[in-house]
Amino acid sequence: MTTTVRQPATRPQIGVSRPRRDAAEKLRGRAQFVGDMLVPRMLHGRVLRSTIAHGRIVSIDTAAAQTVPGVVCVLTGADLHDIDPYYGHAIKDRPIVAIDKVRFHGEQVAAVAAETPAAAAAAVEAIVVEYEELPVLGDVEAAVAGGATLVTERDTVPGLFHGLGELPPRDGNVCYRYRLDKGEPEAVFDHAEIVVEGEYTFPAVYQYAMETHTVIAQVEGDEIALWATCQHPFLVRAEIADLFRVPVANVRIQVPYLGGGFGSKSYTKMEPLTVALARKAGRPVKIQNRVGESMVTTRRHNMRCRMRTAATADGRLLARDVTCLFDTGAYADNGPRVVATAGDAAAGPYRWTAYRVDASCVYTNLAPAGSYRAFGATHLQWIGESQVDEVARRAGVDPLELRRRNLLFPGEEVRAGGKPLDADLVGDVEKVADAVGWHEPKAPRVGRGVSVGLLAAGAHPVSSAVCRLEADGRVVVLVGTTEMGQGPRTAFAQIAAEELGIDSELVTVRGADTRFTPYDRSTGASRSTTIAGLAVQRAAADIREQLERIAGTSELDPDDYLALMRKHFGFSGGELIGRGEVAPVGTGSYAEGPVFWEVCVGAAEVEVDPSTGFVRVRRTATAADVGRAINPQLVERQDEGATLQGLGNALFEEMVYEDGLLLNDTLLDYRVPSFEDLPDEMTCVIVENEDGPGPYGAKGCGEGALAAVPAAIVNALADAGVVMNELPLTPERVWRRIQELKEEGKWQQ
Amino acid sequence: MQLALSINGREVVREVEPQELLLDFLRDSLGLTGAKRSCDVQVCGACTVLVDGLPVSSCCILAAQADGREVTTIEGLAERPEFERLEDAFTRHAALQCGFCTPGMLLTVSALLESGELGSDEEIKRSLAGNLCRCTGYRGILEAVADLAGAG
Repeated sequence: MTTTVRQPATRPQIGVSRPRRDAAEKLRGRAQFVGDMLVPRMLHGRVLRSTIAHGRIVSIDTAAAQTVPGVVCVLTGADLHDIDPYYGHAIKDRPIVAIDKVRFHGEQVAAVAAETPAAAAAAVEAIVVEYEELPVLGDVEAAVAGGATLVTERDTVPGLFHGLGELPPRDGNVCYRYRLDKGEPEAVFDHAEIVVEGEYTFPAVYQYAMETHTVIAQVEGDEIALWATCQHPFLVRAEIADLFRVPVANVRIQVPYLGGGFGSKSYTKMEPLTVALARKAGRPVKIQNRVGESMVTTRRHNMRCRMRTAATADGRLLARDVTCLFDTGAYADNGPRVVATAGDAAAGPYRWTAYRVDASCVYTNLAPAGSYRAFGATHLQWIGESQVDEVARRAGVDPLELRRRNLLFPGEEVRAGGKPLDADLVGDVEKVADAVGWHEPKAPRVGRGVSVGLLAAGAHPVSSAVCRLEADGRVVVLVGTTEMGQGPRTAFAQIAAEELGIDSELVTVRGADTRFTPYDRSTGASRSTTIAGLAVQRAAADIREQLERIAGTSELDPDDYLALMRKHFGFSGGELIGRGEVAPVGTGSYAEGPVFWEVCVGAAEVEVDPSTGFVRVRRTATAADVGRAINPQLVERQDEGATLQGLGNALFEEMVYEDGLLLNDTLLDYRVPSFEDLPDEMTCVIVENEDGPGPYGAKGCGEGALAAVPAAIVNALADAGVVMNELPLTPERVWRRIQELKEEGKWQQ
Repeated sequence: MQLALSINGREVVREVEPQELLLDFLRDSLGLTGAKRSCDVQVCGACTVLVDGLPVSSCCILAAQADGREVTTIEGLAERPEFERLEDAFTRHAALQCGFCTPGMLLTVSALLESGELGSDEEIKRSLAGNLCRCTGYRGILEAVADLAGAG
């Protein structure tokens, strides 16, 4: 991709922190979310969910439910005989509602549409389901053991958007496997002077977008309309069209503001069930999840990992060997992509002689796991980076210095066949180390850590945008990017304004409506500013070129735009329409990717209380290596939000299961970071080397900090004397580890 | 049962079910959707409204309990002259992202500013711990509130 940088006609519109365009609407409570919307004749839907983790459905009795006043219909698997009811963008393994079997605690078994939410709730209570329980696979080890029960008997049917080449057939409960090899690791390990090895556990985590999954569906003949909390409306549109056998263009998805996403609203979630219920009811239906329901709709993968790292006695990194099992739950969701991204992140951005990565995506009887901000990288970075620090300790080298010696330089190969390194990692890690006072003296029980990683970002680079220059001089941008808080409507207005030499206040960016907005693959993978932003830049440049043709000169004054339009149209109406498209360079395959390597670099300073095991994060720093910051304030806010999520992930967030049953399904029991968890100092260092493939050299951010922060916290705690191999770092776990260290005589008083 | 209360300075008389939550009453009967439903267990603060000037989780009290009281929602707060200060500070500091927690956050902040409970950063952190925000990492909100408290 190439970028044309134009000299702006007025003061720069990019590189400045313009206020959020949605601030007034959101602050005044006027911003509309799906849950705030009403559609004429709309019914309320409610879902009956499985109370067991694995079992055969012997019978479902809906007779009593159908007599509850206000109930319009009850939907079960028996209503789906006219379609192939299995979906999944990666693997079509999931029925719209359970058919014959339930495979996880919380699976959709039936749904009710009624005139009021209360009637729907009462009817759900009145449905009687008889189950015959089956053995529960509650963790990945059980699922890959010889003779394990199969979670699904179906052969792998590839979904529309797995993006991973040819999917192999299912191997027992392993639905996908990603392997990377370089050189001959065993030979290196045999002769290495330092070998660090360990087993590690990463917990299941809930994204907690504060707005739960909510969908309104309306089916009229072969036209389907949805108002949905989805990050990727165009991908959902295709899956709905495929499932219900209607033309793609007959599915209309409108996405208003989203109350957070973080990956939880990526791909298809509650949409198929809501459409099926509306289809049966013959009226529009709204389904709004409760928090406990969203927790079983999607989550972050829990994982077990074995890792070894080999190095020379003076700390030159030589080889790494990684085996990890990702628990994707009962259905694949985005598991295969999570596992591939984890595989790419596993080795870490170092100059290895050899490595071997073997990452498996495993079915179990837990709720399905999918995307959560910085997936894959967050899972692996804290492990790899803790081994790098252990190498540093054994070699007697400062961890920052060890990274300077071993980190890849820009242009070096990250993964065979993939994009070479496009960032200055040494510069980035030095900046964050400085920000937490790396060389300052430390009090007892205080530790500092840094971490460095890469995240394959950008997803598939297909986006388009339309800019409309109206006869009053204002510009409307139509683009499919979802505004879920990250600020694309503000950033895109700045980009279009910059191209046209006008003030960004004159530009309005509209939300996704698949009937009118042009195609955008998705909102995720830190891709929007880079890829959709480039499409917006090209669409605005297209308008400018049209104006230049009308004027007969490339010397344009924005004050003349209206006169030029009047000259062209012959009256004070009409509009100029600019079109911008981004398509892949090469084949766009995953192997050739990523679009860019998102930098995951952070540092932390923590203090541990040995008497309680409580870890307090005093300082954090992250590098937002964004190439060029379109809006620096929004960049900082992205990193700060990711930092707090990373802090929660590191210290206390964990979905707790017992025999496949989720025990902490409310926010009373599942704690997320509050104001009181804010570190004393939180620094975001913006790095602008103009080395990104997006507009003005920009590249995405907002995820890297989430992968970097837990790793930095783990390393800081190790620096304070407590090496841990299990997240989260709860006071109990840390305290127990300190007792072990005391017994082993390794605890420095 | 009949309910008579003041909502955003206007007298409202309505029939409600005895078990109806204040949040549902505001959203479904009155169309005041600025109060958001999220956790349902009085942890997140997205449903916060003011009842007789004090922040309350409207997901966990009955509409009936607000009988005879004064309820202020974000729609009402936004009509007050002093709201412009809040709006200006939150906008300048980009103290919002998705906006789902924002109305509840502002209502809590407005009540605490009035009672003078937001003197130091530590007080702000402690006092606002009942309003979760998953997007911002709280830094921008802290800056905005510190600005408001200092200027107040």
